[in-house]
Amino acid sequence: MPEFLSKKKRSKKQIIIELLAEWGIRITASFSIIVIFLIFIFVFREAGGLIFGTAKELKPKVEKKVKESDILKPEVYNPETGEIEKIKEPESKKKKETKKQSIWENIAGTVWQPVGKEPKYGIMPLLAGTLKVTFVALLLATPLGIFAAIYTAFFAKRKFREWIKPTVEILAGFPSVVLGFFCLVTIVRGVNLITTYIQSGLDAFAAGLGFLLPFAKEYLHEACTISEFHYSGVVGGIGLGLAVIPIIFTITEDALSAVPKSYREASLALGATEWETAFKVMLPAALPGVVAAVLLGIGRAFGETMIALMATGNAALLSWNIFHPVRTLAATIGSETGEVQWGSLHYNILFFLGILLFIVSFSINAVTELFVKKYLTKKFQGA
Amino acid sequence: MRFFPSIAIFSMFFLMGAAVQQSTLTIKGSDTMVILVQRWTELYPTKNVSFQVTGGGSGTGIAALINGTTDICSSSRPMKPAEIAQMKEKFGRVPVEIRVARDGISIYVHKDNPISKITLKQLKEIFSGKIKNWKQLGGADHNIILYSRENNSGTYEFFKEHVLSKKDFASTAQHMPGTSAVVGAVAMDRWGIGYGGAAYTVGVKEVPVALDENKTYYFPKEENILSGKYPISRFLFFYIKDKPQGQMKEFIDWVIDKGGQKVVNDVGYFPLMKF
Repeated sequence: MPEFLSKKKRSKKQIIIELLAEWGIRITASFSIIVIFLIFIFVFREAGGLIFGTAKELKPKVEKKVKESDILKPEVYNPETGEIEKIKEPESKKKKETKKQSIWENIAGTVWQPVGKEPKYGIMPLLAGTLKVTFVALLLATPLGIFAAIYTAFFAKRKFREWIKPTVEILAGFPSVVLGFFCLVTIVRGVNLITTYIQSGLDAFAAGLGFLLPFAKEYLHEACTISEFHYSGVVGGIGLGLAVIPIIFTITEDALSAVPKSYREASLALGATEWETAFKVMLPAALPGVVAAVLLGIGRAFGETMIALMATGNAALLSWNIFHPVRTLAATIGSETGEVQWGSLHYNILFFLGILLFIVSFSINAVTELFVKKYLTKKFQGA
Repeated sequence: MRFFPSIAIFSMFFLMGAAVQQSTLTIKGSDTMVILVQRWTELYPTKNVSFQVTGGGSGTGIAALINGTTDICSSSRPMKPAEIAQMKEKFGRVPVEIRVARDGISIYVHKDNPISKITLKQLKEIFSGKIKNWKQLGGADHNIILYSRENNSGTYEFFKEHVLSKKDFASTAQHMPGTSAVVGAVAMDRWGIGYGGAAYTVGVKEVPVALDENKTYYFPKEENILSGKYPISRFLFFYIKDKPQGQMKEFIDWVIDKGGQKVVNDVGYFPLMKF
């Protein structure tokens, strides 16, 4: 018996070291949990003003009839005298009465214009944009990831498999800012080239049909226009797809490899081909893992900031067209927190967007854990 | 016994840190100005002071000034009354503003765009979505594609205040991460129009701007910006808590004098005065 397994030989010193190690690991593990909770508390606290109804626009405490001399101004440094002076020219400003609108009405609106005299914090276009980009990303990444995983698990030669998996996993660790820049500069050209060709076809179609139905010309022209924008949900979605593929690929591949070999052997022994085995036996058996992979992919695409910020055009448009520019929740937080006035309503709302992201990723993870692992595993593996 | 040398070294570092801290100036704020400020701190001839320059955005810098975590705040927009009120509440006095450079904002279009001039009013209508087609400006019959900066940038706020007279940007305006992204996008987009710093015009066409159609159209050249003829130009600022003194006063005096102003052109902005 090796030395470390025999309990009797442990000296006092060893016991102490083990105890220390155990506690060390325990503290490290709980540390990460504590950090997550602290972040959670922080985000909720910063958005708190909004939730508890105490948030308001930060304005200097002045009465409605403002005398021009009362508006606070900085003093100016005069290099000649080395002294500081009051600003001379008074800025004339008229205060306009604006109609009262509750914060929640504002948030449920359709316009996102957070900077300005009458800031509008409508999150609908942001939600729509996030969903559109996520949709495009999954449209690209789900089939590619799953098929690649099936190929690697069942069809690829062993040597090739040993190469392909680490390579795809490198893509997962790729800095998203690089992917974003790649989209900003390169992918956008490719997408435009393709849409231009399709558009010229559609134009001809619309012109032909418009010749037959002259009254519907305007409508046809509109209906047959893909988009005039270069940066769009599609460009961003492709970038996000690149980030999501490795997640779906790796988890699916793991799930497929975890299916007992006997399934495959039985299927092949019954006369099924390799293809039938892969798609009709192995894939259904690994389905919980595949669903988990797709859900985690959604989570990644939903929260990805840098790629969305760089490649989507960031216009808060509310439309169904995926070729229109979009502004995502994460990109909004990423770009606006830098300049926002701390403690203002805008600041609270940005953290509120953070809570929305939190809730989505939390529920996606919860669904993955509870539903997929417990329910589906039972169903398909009969355990 | 082994611990003593390490303790000694540790405390030595600690003391050194404390000694260095006495002559460190922190400058935090505008991303637009980071390169400029860094250049200034590199070329500043007095060597007994060290600088710590960070970006993060004008709002971040102002917040840092309010929280007392920076000595100087660089900002590409004037402080807002609410922020000044916060300063006053905290320090009992309003902050001190120092103009350190000028910046001109260029209007870019695609190289093949026939548009050769534009008025401030037209710009306002274009970017607020009233003018939608190049035809209305004498160009081809195609919709105008708008490229803007992100709303965290001082440039965005400046443009909104001075060109759009505080109106909202059209919702179709695309917000690009940085001026070079705007330029890149306009260079690619035959129907695009964008705005940004005057230093970045590579691969796109600059359009001269006039106050209205009866006035002369000016390019964002140095002489037009210094004389105030070019209609869209702004100042870049330093903000400090109180009257500048000692090291800080020396530095600021150097920055707004010839020594500092000479380098302003190198990084794409315009000096306060002509040499």
